[in-house]
Amino acid sequence: MPVDVRLPTVLRVHAGGKATVSVEGATVGEVLADLVRTYPGMAGQVLTEEGTLHRFVNVYVDDDDVRYLDQLDTKVGPGATLSILPAVAGG
Amino acid sequence: MLRLPGPVYAEIVGHCLRGLPDEACGLLGGDPVSGDVERCYPTRNAAASAKLYTVDPGDHLRADRDAEARGTEIIGVFHSHTHTEAYPSPTDVAQAPDPTWHYVLVSLRDTHPALRSYRIRGELVEEEAVVVEPR
Repeated sequence: MPVDVRLPTVLRVHAGGKATVSVEGATVGEVLADLVRTYPGMAGQVLTEEGTLHRFVNVYVDDDDVRYLDQLDTKVGPGATLSILPAVAGG
Repeated sequence: MLRLPGPVYAEIVGHCLRGLPDEACGLLGGDPVSGDVERCYPTRNAAASAKLYTVDPGDHLRADRDAEARGTEIIGVFHSHTHTEAYPSPTDVAQAPDPTWHYVLVSLRDTHPALRSYRIRGELVEEEAVVVEPR
């Protein structure tokens, strides 16, 4: 199932400058895995080597932060949009 | 250079003062090419700490969508330092999310708030001029 993924500025360079790309998957984990397969430059910036969500990004299905849902197992329904934003933090 | 409309400058400093004793934070919407800020998005500090800040992820998503709907982008972040100078801490530099952003620091250490802005590219920290414009 095709899913639109909105990319933050720092990742667009790996997708030919596009702000939104379409990849495949039924869960957040599948969508992100297909994203990294399609745009290998994003490897290591979205998922860790262990395959978990990188702590420097926030991922949302529509309006909801997936960390408060089922993380990478969160279902992505038909017509849903996945958004990736940088986690903004400091001291 | 970072151009801040006067009301946005006041909103940033006001949000930082209201956040005491914790650090306060927010995002800046504007033109990524010119560095002109059009509005600020005060956000909750999800870390709720006097020493750390985390822009609330839900607030960030709403700000990002609003900025896009206005034909602008999120071009930077501001946060306060409650007891230290307006200079990026090692944590700020290590966690800076985007080399194209402007990083605004507001120090509340002294009697008067001090606002400064920086570019952070990797380990390199460069201060930039801040121009506050009447509007």
